[in-house]
Amino acid sequence: MTENSSSLLSWIIFTPLLFGILLLCLPKKFEQYFRHLALVAGMANLLFAIKLWSNFDGAISTMQFVQSIPWIPKLGISYLLGVDGISLPLVMLTAIITPIAILGTWPHDLSKLKQEKFFVLMVLALQTGMYGTFLASDIFLFYFFWEIVLIPMFFLIGIWGGAERIYATIKFFLYTMVGSLLMLVAIWWMIYRYKQGFGVPSASFADLARVQYNFVDESWMKAIFSEQGLLFLAFTLAFVIKVPMVPFHTWLPDAHVQAPTLGSVFLAAVLLKLGTYGLMRISMPMFPEAAYYFSMMMMGFGVIGVVYGAFCAWGQSDFKKLVAYSSVSHMGYILVGLFSFNQVAIAGSLYQMINHGISSAGLFMVVGFLYERLHTRNLDDFGNIAKVAPLMAIGFMILTLSSVALPGTNGFVGEFTILFGTFQAQPAVALIAGLGVIFGAIYALKAYQRVMFGPLTNDHNKNVVDLSVREFLAMGVLAIFIFGIGFFPGSFFGKSDTTLSVYSQQLIEKVIHE
Amino acid sequence: MHTQIIESHIPLWIILLPLIGFLINGAILPIVYRGFAKTPANVAGGIATFFIATSFILAVKSFFTLQGIDGEAGGAILSYAFDWFNFGGLVIPFALRVDALSVVMTLIITGVGSLIHIYSIGYMHHDHAVGRYFSYLNLFCFAMLMLVLGDSLVILFFGWEGVGLCSYLLIGFWYSDTEKANAGVKAFVTNRVGDLGFLVGMFLLYRVFGTLTISEIIAALARPEMAAQVAPIATMITLALFVGATGKSAQLPLYVWLPDAMAGPTPVSALIHAATMVTAGVYMVARLNPLFELSVMTLSVVAHVGAFTALFAGTIAIAQTDIKKVLAYSTVSQLGYMFLACGVGAYNTAIFHLMTHAFFKALLFLGSGSVIHACSGEQDMRKMGGLKKHLPHTYVTMLIGSLAISGIPIFAGFFSKDEIIYSTIALPAGFSHLFFIGVLTAILTAFYTARMMSITFLGEERLSHHAKEHLHESPWSMVGPLYVLAALATLGGFFGVPHLLGMALGHIPHFLSNWLAPVIAIKHMPLVGEHLPWHEGVVMALSVVLAVASFWSGWKVFQNKFFISDFLSAIGPFHKVLANKYYVDELYDFLILSPLKRLSQWAAQIFDKLVVDGAVNGVGVWSRYFADRIRVIQTGDLQTYALAMIIGVFALVLTVYGMLNN
Repeated sequence: MTENSSSLLSWIIFTPLLFGILLLCLPKKFEQYFRHLALVAGMANLLFAIKLWSNFDGAISTMQFVQSIPWIPKLGISYLLGVDGISLPLVMLTAIITPIAILGTWPHDLSKLKQEKFFVLMVLALQTGMYGTFLASDIFLFYFFWEIVLIPMFFLIGIWGGAERIYATIKFFLYTMVGSLLMLVAIWWMIYRYKQGFGVPSASFADLARVQYNFVDESWMKAIFSEQGLLFLAFTLAFVIKVPMVPFHTWLPDAHVQAPTLGSVFLAAVLLKLGTYGLMRISMPMFPEAAYYFSMMMMGFGVIGVVYGAFCAWGQSDFKKLVAYSSVSHMGYILVGLFSFNQVAIAGSLYQMINHGISSAGLFMVVGFLYERLHTRNLDDFGNIAKVAPLMAIGFMILTLSSVALPGTNGFVGEFTILFGTFQAQPAVALIAGLGVIFGAIYALKAYQRVMFGPLTNDHNKNVVDLSVREFLAMGVLAIFIFGIGFFPGSFFGKSDTTLSVYSQQLIEKVIHE
Repeated sequence: MHTQIIESHIPLWIILLPLIGFLINGAILPIVYRGFAKTPANVAGGIATFFIATSFILAVKSFFTLQGIDGEAGGAILSYAFDWFNFGGLVIPFALRVDALSVVMTLIITGVGSLIHIYSIGYMHHDHAVGRYFSYLNLFCFAMLMLVLGDSLVILFFGWEGVGLCSYLLIGFWYSDTEKANAGVKAFVTNRVGDLGFLVGMFLLYRVFGTLTISEIIAALARPEMAAQVAPIATMITLALFVGATGKSAQLPLYVWLPDAMAGPTPVSALIHAATMVTAGVYMVARLNPLFELSVMTLSVVAHVGAFTALFAGTIAIAQTDIKKVLAYSTVSQLGYMFLACGVGAYNTAIFHLMTHAFFKALLFLGSGSVIHACSGEQDMRKMGGLKKHLPHTYVTMLIGSLAISGIPIFAGFFSKDEIIYSTIALPAGFSHLFFIGVLTAILTAFYTARMMSITFLGEERLSHHAKEHLHESPWSMVGPLYVLAALATLGGFFGVPHLLGMALGHIPHFLSNWLAPVIAIKHMPLVGEHLPWHEGVVMALSVVLAVASFWSGWKVFQNKFFISDFLSAIGPFHKVLANKYYVDELYDFLILSPLKRLSQWAAQIFDKLVVDGAVNGVGVWSRYFADRIRVIQTGDLQTYALAMIIGVFALVLTVYGMLNN
């Protein structure tokens, strides 16, 4: 590997911050161009990401583009970056969603902006946090970026949010902090245990995974309070809050409803995946016995999430809340797939992360389009919009189809593989999760109908302007990915195959002794 | 037996052409005409028709290619495009396969489809969104063709869901009407219930076979040891798959969406909800017939569900006043016949009836569309009457369709329906009560069809003044397809001349059964043989007599309005139950939909807000409460702090001391 390629990941992480510094130097009179800067930063990162994609070797299962700089040598903590087949799609997702989200949520009236410099700065900082979390190969660095993500999100909701933004942002912040604190304790314990076992300190994922944590599976209590059980639960709690898993999900609808559209898009498309990525990167491979022991419970929570989330979505009258609960439902599939310990379902879970990222980003953008035009999110206020805004109707339809996992869209690729794999391992779980296929169709199509179809009851809807060029571009790119992945999943996920099969084989070997 | 396989791109083109048509009408023409509702009907319709007709030509070509292949095992044309899925041992090739069965389906879809496309040009002429209409129609053909040509069950499922989508879009085509939009959602969701069954069936199949490729599954089943291995689980697999079929093919208990689906434009009802999509379940069962053969129990379920649906829907059809509703319940009933045939093991007969039904039911639907078109959108038969002289072409062609569905000899329905009824007693899996249900349904069919014709075309004119002024026979683009379908509904039966007649007329073979033989093994009916002429002859004579009598009485009874109301009041409450379709929709709403809806409201508005989120906020409130209490110890008094410190240090020292000593 050349010197050049190994610093690529740092470029990806810090390019947004570099643009942030540039932004700080710009005078306020250029305020209306700050978004352009954010867009340029996003495009620049997309170029780096494309370079990463094309140079990534799909035949290697371990970390690539590794960069290592000692940071706190005494504790073995280093600035260690790397990318493998699991993080690559997520990095690509982030890189693709960022410019789309900025384009798709571009305010129509740039003169009404509020504290634009700080807003764009937070958006840039958020990206650094997200890339960093996906690319960190050191557990402390992972934690560092994980926490970084919170801060810009806190401000994005707290300053530019709706009427109850303070309540929502504090809830979001405290909720995730509670999880993170337990994770921090667990991290220190792992670092301590590595030093104890191997003599030299290290905090890299690869090293820490070599530690054998004690696990007793004689009874529930013993399993929970064994070393591995506690570590697993500490990490997993932090991650499932982020996912979010029912019953730890209530911060999500509040955060979504209050957040500005751009914040919602990032939250749904990328931030939630930090949780499932954490499960995949830490909870499962590092504590396999505990993960397997608790797998039924985790799948149970996942299944409950799928069905319960769908029901809650069905019962909403607030469009944005409905989309938020649909996220709860779709993320439930990922929990089911991961903890089924089946190779196909685990791969499906990774696909689902990407697919949900794409469709939820689009759906929140549609909510944003309508809110900007009609200043309402109440489903009863919409209706007959397909007549005046056909492009929006088509875009929303494509997203709805992806959301209901119609074959030919990306949604099917994830859901089918998860249900398929889970069925091979745990038929009953797959059967109940399959109910999501039905209820998902109900709430998604009902929502579509209430927004786009039906008679004209609200006179404001007569004058809804169709998508602008920018909005159309954003929707168009999403549509390309929706159908591209739907028809040719191999071209998009092929580079992850090796990593995924090695990952799941190792995982399954560790827990299933026959 | 070895199947001869020809590699070719033709199957791929057969499905791709309608997809191209969809893209042109859906994306390119709106750009050319600068707007979504601006494409002229002739352009949109012409393009859409061109692509589906080209597909038809390719289908005909494939048919002759297959015919050129000799041998008992037949042949197949295979198109392999790429691996759709390939991960963790799950390989799903995107492969299309034209064989004896799928070529018949393809010919029906593209042939009848082309006619309905042409018809639509006239029918949708005045609609503002005609471009959207034709793009959906082509998209439907793409999905439907994928359904029948897919060599993998997952590709079949792709088409299966795809046709569901198009059905949803076309039922709700006039979406500003809430009821129509609702009907679309109802169709999609009801189908989804079935689809879950289909998915489970696929997953189970994979567990047993390790593949989802249909030809591999069938080949594996040909080995006796594999068949024996599958047999114990076959009932579960086939029942799950059949649940999918009841959804798509509108059988009990999932048929409720189809009558509502009539909200869509009438040509759509003809194409999707009569001729093609709703037969997908029958096709699937016939396609997987070696699998279904393994479970006597499933076959019995299939036969009974089919028979009861046939009878049940037939009775409802008698009391409907909406011309399209009559045809809708009639379709449900006829689909029941097809499943009845499958259930007794006569899969080839099911396909035969599928084909003739596609002809005469498409004809009847298009004819009813012509009537509705002529009467300015009126669908209530009570407001029609005496249309015979105003719509002569529509009348003649619809009459032919009616005779065909009623099983009057020489028309297509006679051959296929008779074969089904005969199968129910001739085949070992048949039961005599199924035979009686079959006959009873045949009587009902002739009766309600004649009733529909009589009320619509005969008797006094009851049209509103406004409608009367605009009354006109449909243009040739609509009447033309009616005549072609009428010809098919007349002659289509000769693809399957019954044994008895074939012998009498000088060894005319049952063409369709022989053609399908590579896919569906011909069964030797045990009763056939010495008793043959007697049984078959009696059944045939019986059904002819009953059909004619029933048709005639329906025809006569409903000729004058006076008799209609008199007759209806005579059967009073019974009629009310039938007219209200046995209150099944209300029952489902009461038992399933309303409780679920209330549950969702409760979950969203109460449980999640108060219980789940209440617990979260409760934690917040409690921590604040304790913080307030604990705050008391922060007195600000230096001596108190010092005292606490000293106690703390002592405790610490003692602990460390104790630990060191251990």
